[in-house]
Amino acid sequence: MKGAAMTEALAVVGLTKRYPEFLLDGVNITIPTGYVMGFVGPNGAGKTTTLKAILGIVKPDAGVVRLFGGPAGAAAVNQRVGVVMDNPYYPEGWTARDVGEMAGLFYERWSAPGFARQLDQFGISATKKISELSRGMRVKLQLAVALSHGADLLVLDEPTSGLDPVARDELRNMLHDFVADEAHTVLFSTHITQDLERTADYITLLFDGRVVFSGELEALSNSYLRVSGDVDRLTPADRADIIGYRARGGVFEGMVPADKAAALPPDLLTEAVTIDEIVVYLSQAKEPSHV
Amino acid sequence: MRVVLSNRSGVPIYEQIKQQVRQAILEGELRADDLLPSIRGLAQDLRVSVITTTRAYRDLEEEGFVVNVQGKGCYVLPRDEALAREDALRKVEDCLAEAIKTARRCGITRAEVAETLDLLWSEDI
Repeated sequence: MKGAAMTEALAVVGLTKRYPEFLLDGVNITIPTGYVMGFVGPNGAGKTTTLKAILGIVKPDAGVVRLFGGPAGAAAVNQRVGVVMDNPYYPEGWTARDVGEMAGLFYERWSAPGFARQLDQFGISATKKISELSRGMRVKLQLAVALSHGADLLVLDEPTSGLDPVARDELRNMLHDFVADEAHTVLFSTHITQDLERTADYITLLFDGRVVFSGELEALSNSYLRVSGDVDRLTPADRADIIGYRARGGVFEGMVPADKAAALPPDLLTEAVTIDEIVVYLSQAKEPSHV
Repeated sequence: MRVVLSNRSGVPIYEQIKQQVRQAILEGELRADDLLPSIRGLAQDLRVSVITTTRAYRDLEEEGFVVNVQGKGCYVLPRDEALAREDALRKVEDCLAEAIKTARRCGITRAEVAETLDLLWSEDI
C-alpha cells in the first residue's frame, strides 16, 4: 500500500449520465480497500449503468470514477478489476478453455494452473461451451477468471439472482474468502438483500438514479424504524413523517427516521427494519427522503 | 474458543461475538496474553463482514478485556477478578430471581425454596 491515496479502492464522485428517459444524478460511492459494499435498489434505479461507468464501459456526462487512484477503463486499472456481469461477455460458442486462453493473453498476472484449479473446484468442465452453462455456472466461470488474474477489486452485477440457495451460499463464501486478504475489495449489486445482511460492510441504496444512502450497513439499519398501529392514533403531522405509509382495515404501516420515532404516540408498534422493508417503503414514498 | 452465531436471536452479530469472547475471558477459557484470531480471519471463519468483527474487538478493547497491538493482533488482558466475580454473582441473581418468580406464581413458600436450595447445594451438581 502506497500512502493515503491507496486506502480507497473505488471512488465515484458526482457521476452523472443522461439518457432520454433516465437520469443518473450525481452518484457518490467510496469503498475503502479491503471491504465489501452491497449496491441495492429497485430495477431501473441505475445500478447497472453505475457499474458500467465504474468499468469504463459507459462514459459519464459529468463526474469522475477512480479505481486504485486511476481512471475507469485505464489498462492498468482493468488488470486489477474482476468482473461478473449478468451475462458474460464471452461468445456463446467458446469453451471454458477458450475463455482461459483469451484471458491469458489479456491479463499480465494470469495463472493458467490457478484457472484450471478454479474450474475444477467449481465443477466446470474445460470443454463445456458457454451456451451449455447454467446461470450459476456462468457466474462461477466469470469468478474463476477474476480469481485467476489476481483481481484486487471484484465488481459483480446481480451475481446471486437466479441462483438457488446453495449456490448463493457458495458465492457468499467465496466473497468472504476473497476479502480475507485485506488488499481485496468487492462491490456487488443485488436485489436479494438477504445476501447482504452478514456479508456487506457497506451499503449504497440507489433510487431513481440518486443515492439515498451510502455508508455502513449497521448505520442504515439504525436510521429507520418500522412502525405500525391504529390509524386513528396518528396526527397529520405524525403521518407526514411516515415513509411508505399504507393503511388497510384501520391499521397502518410504514417506517420513520429513527430520530422522529420518539415524537410518535407511545402505543404504536415500533421495531427494527430490514433492508427489504427499507427498499419497499422508500419505493412507495413518492419522494424518497434523504437520510 | 468457539463462537456460535444465531441468525434469529435479534441480537446484533457483533454483540454476539463480543458476549462470547467476554464470557470465555471471564470464565478463564481465554487467559491473559492469549492471542485472539485476527479480525479478518475471524470474519472469514464466521462468514460475517470485517466491520462486524472489527466492532466486536473494538468494544472489547474499550471495556478493557483485550488490547490491540498494532501489527501483531488482539491480546487478552489479565482477568479482572473482581469483575469476573461480579459477573458470576449477577448470573446467580438472575437465576434465583427466575426461581423466585416461578415459586410465587405457583404458591411455593420461601421456606420451601430455601430448603430446596440447601438440598441442591449439598448435592454434587
